[in-house]
Amino acid sequence: MGHRITVDNAGESFECPPEKSLLSGMESQSKKAIAVGCRGGGCGYCKIRILSGEFETKKMSVKFVTHEEQAQGFALSCRVFPRSDMSVIAIEEIQSGNPYAKKNVTSKIS
Amino acid sequence: MKKGVMRTGHIQIRVLDLDEGLAHYRDRLGLLEMDRDDTRVFLKGWTECDKYSVVLREADEAGMDFLGFKVDSDARLDELRADLEAAGYATEELPAGDLPDCGRRITFVAGTGHRFELYADKVSTGRHGVGHHNPEAWPEDLKGMKATRFDHALLYGEDLASVYTLFTDVLGFWLSEQAMDGEERIAQFFTCSMKEHEIAFIKQEGNTGAFHHASFYLESWQDVLHAADIISMHDISLDIGPTRHGLTHGATIYFFDPSGNRNETFCGGDYFFPDHPVTTWDAEQLGKAVFYHTRELNERFLTVTT
Repeated sequence: MGHRITVDNAGESFECPPEKSLLSGMESQSKKAIAVGCRGGGCGYCKIRILSGEFETKKMSVKFVTHEEQAQGFALSCRVFPRSDMSVIAIEEIQSGNPYAKKNVTSKIS
Repeated sequence: MKKGVMRTGHIQIRVLDLDEGLAHYRDRLGLLEMDRDDTRVFLKGWTECDKYSVVLREADEAGMDFLGFKVDSDARLDELRADLEAAGYATEELPAGDLPDCGRRITFVAGTGHRFELYADKVSTGRHGVGHHNPEAWPEDLKGMKATRFDHALLYGEDLASVYTLFTDVLGFWLSEQAMDGEERIAQFFTCSMKEHEIAFIKQEGNTGAFHHASFYLESWQDVLHAADIISMHDISLDIGPTRHGLTHGATIYFFDPSGNRNETFCGGDYFFPDHPVTTWDAEQLGKAVFYHTRELNERFLTVTT
């Protein structure tokens, strides 16, 4: 039985079992609420701020989440394991595509 | 090899957990554990003659500590150091033995924030399992993806112009491939050997010292598919592939180590001689340049670094 994880600013929620990270739980239900990067705590792409709920964490890169930020509830969702229902905010906006191509297309339109 | 730099020789990678990192690089990639010291593990691919090419160090963040290039003689180190100093780079000499079984190293930081080093000597242990006298084709005790060698690295940074001058003028590499956004070079691939690239840089504004991937060579497309099977069998974080690049035309698969550092295993692709023209990709074709089949970039490949 999983815990209910709500990503407030994405208007999305999903079930996540305690043995899975929030990111892995989200991916296994094909939800797109948090940006997926390396899945190993190294790249900072899936950064969240935890608003409520209990959890455990694995080590994550201090380059992307400083110890001070961790104390304020910031974390990488690939390293957060739920111990209750949780509410979080995703930091990165989900984007896609080639920025150079986009720039080119825009210039052609204008 | 205009100025004696032979190849990309070693890389020190930071991992968040040394045991997890070692299990990945040894048991999944199939590198051989060659040595340890108090804080690090030293590994190599089975075809590599020098004792090690990959160094893992446990740290609070992932990424690359440094990339080392092997040069053809000790005297070159002094020549290249003088050239680096003349070009405005602050250099430092690390004594022999600072890395075990490795000679003195000249270290400096490039304009993109990456630390590079030059060295001339490292203990040679020869090809694993087959040696160099009437050698058999391959050793039978290899694990996982059976990576044959550490091949190259791709780094992200902002100041690609100074790195272009550093590698071509100061270190004597050739530009083999590039991607151009109008007049601006946004990707640059350098080689000092027959390999299409020994090191590559992609422009990313605001990023300093970023590590995109370390790449390991496989013999065949079948081996790339076999690597993909290993990735699924062990639930390794997949980035993209198996597919082919437009740039270099290598067949490839990308994935992440347990600390989020990106790895590539690849086979085939183009080769280089100094009389070859530079290959150019246009920025609006970057999707095809990077992923030749889907012809679409994924955001993760373009922006995720450690």
